[in-house]
Amino acid sequence: MTPLLEVHHLTKHYPVMVPDGWRQRQATLRAVDGISFDLQAGQTLGLVGESGCGKTTTARLVLGLMAATQGQILFEGQALRAERDSAWRALRQRMQMVYQNPLSALDRRVPVLAQVTEPLRIHGIGDPLTYIDQAQELMSALGLSPALWHRYPHELSGGQRQRVVLSRALILKPSLLVCDEPVSALDVSIQAQVINLLQDVQERMGVAYLFISHDLKVVHQVSDDVGVMYLGKMVEQGPPAELFNEPLHPYTQALLAAIPHLWQKEKTHRLTLQGEPPSPLAHQQGCVFQQRCPHVQAICKEQAPEWVRMTRTRSAACHLLTPATAQHSPVLEAQP
Amino acid sequence: MTAHPPVRADVHPAPLVSLRDLQVEFSAGGSSVRVLHGVNLDVHAGESLGMVGESGCGKSVTWLAALGLLGPHAQVQGEFTLAGERFDGLNDQALSLIRGRRIALISQDPASALNPVQRIGRQLVEAIRLHKGLQGDAAHAQAVRLLDQVHIPHAQQRLQAYPHELSGGMNQRVMIAMALAGEPELLIADEPTTALDVTIQAQILNLLGEVRRDQGMGMVLISHDLSVIAQECERVMVMYAGRVAETAPTDALFRAPRHPYTQGLLACLPDMGRRPRRLPAIAGQVPQPWQLPSGCSFAPRCTQAQEACSIRLPDLLTVAPAHQSACVLGAA
Repeated sequence: MTPLLEVHHLTKHYPVMVPDGWRQRQATLRAVDGISFDLQAGQTLGLVGESGCGKTTTARLVLGLMAATQGQILFEGQALRAERDSAWRALRQRMQMVYQNPLSALDRRVPVLAQVTEPLRIHGIGDPLTYIDQAQELMSALGLSPALWHRYPHELSGGQRQRVVLSRALILKPSLLVCDEPVSALDVSIQAQVINLLQDVQERMGVAYLFISHDLKVVHQVSDDVGVMYLGKMVEQGPPAELFNEPLHPYTQALLAAIPHLWQKEKTHRLTLQGEPPSPLAHQQGCVFQQRCPHVQAICKEQAPEWVRMTRTRSAACHLLTPATAQHSPVLEAQP
Repeated sequence: MTAHPPVRADVHPAPLVSLRDLQVEFSAGGSSVRVLHGVNLDVHAGESLGMVGESGCGKSVTWLAALGLLGPHAQVQGEFTLAGERFDGLNDQALSLIRGRRIALISQDPASALNPVQRIGRQLVEAIRLHKGLQGDAAHAQAVRLLDQVHIPHAQQRLQAYPHELSGGMNQRVMIAMALAGEPELLIADEPTTALDVTIQAQILNLLGEVRRDQGMGMVLISHDLSVIAQECERVMVMYAGRVAETAPTDALFRAPRHPYTQGLLACLPDMGRRPRRLPAIAGQVPQPWQLPSGCSFAPRCTQAQEACSIRLPDLLTVAPAHQSACVLGAA
């Protein structure tokens, strides 16, 4: 079966000017640097990583909101180009986006019901007389009571606003929803409501999610497959049950060790990464994680590791890992 | 016999800071809204207290009110003491001898708390001069020492940097250094890691724990993230809609929460330790401060609510040693 979304060696480089003494010089910012992944219809791929690792750039590239420097994106088997022509618009109907901050994603001066019907009007789908009914039906299904339909965004709570954003994205019955930190701005109890809603929607409508978040717990909750990004590269990918229980890549291990846990019995020694991610401007030879990696070796500084399939379901890019050793995870055991 | 009985956290003689019946009301254009309804709170010397709750529950306002930082539209009432001395109703001048010097505050977003057009060295020296009265070389040397203490490499050179030249984690370290300038007895950290990445968050939490133990200072950690609190605090206070819902030693709170709101909050967190299952979300939403229900403010969302809950406000009852819960269920 062809995946809904196939991404091959996706790359986005920006030419930027950086200060160099009194003058400026040209440099390249590697926002996304050759990542590949697949997403099956009706499934969720979680992308995690720290700020600046290229998660959001990946989302924008997948939607064709900007042109990739290199690489290929296939959506429903068709190549996606970032040219704003009729073919792009037809594809864009099938892929929608949910943003982190619902208040800035909504128009403050338009009642929310009108905003939910807007995508139908833009794409001119079906009978305009049914738009209001369609929107009302969908909004009710997403837990927005009729009393809220004619309100303005500022009159709604954070959770209700995110339901409006979700209604607006789903009214076109997309097959892919790109969610960029959809619950990060919400309070804990509301976050759980929206996560449940997203899972219900997926079950009912069969929509696939590209789910971007810095919160590993949320990604673990919703994903069928998880990709871990660091400085524009994918460092590890696998199903959450395996990836979170037995992380292979040293960065994934450090990321997991850094999360505070509620029910940790004794205060285990927290493996803290020293330093901060280097600037994506400073291109270097070798592995992107070498400065902060506790297991760094000579080869890591010379050669970038290949993206290797480790087991049937998992891949990673690390010199320390081979398909044979990945079975019993030597890096994991090397921990002090 | 010279053996001393072990000191228990719940029988400390006198708290370092105590707030009694703190009430805050905001007024604008003739109408007023009460946002804090009688909060009682003690912090002991060297203790770390965590305050959790959703946005608008009053966890930040509590401390801004106590320190007189709310501005002219807020009416603050209550009895506050610091090391046994009252400090409510002090004028700005008298309060400035406490703020920063004895009780220091660090905020969520370091980039907006620092002055963007001044080098961090100058800002740090200003704090040192203000709180310690040091000048010139002595102040400069102290600034270098403080940056060393918060583990900023090349402290001497970093004093020349502007905030935009440093990362978010580094700026938060500068804020912590600045807060330490007055050698405070109590440090209030208001969401100190919310704007930071998870690996940087771990570094900052370790640093806060380290300086607290080194200086023997008390700390209040305000966060919406229960797991951050669980990691760093000895005692936790859960707030809801301007009132204290539950307070207990950290272990007791997470193992045996008594208030239905705390139970709900803990249950609806995604847990990496087990297979994902549907999250038992708390229905409804936090009430607006001008539309509080009668009786218990959590009653409309509470799965265990009884008739009595919507009539009478529950008292904060002691349900176990050092463990209090404001719920009628706790009384049984």
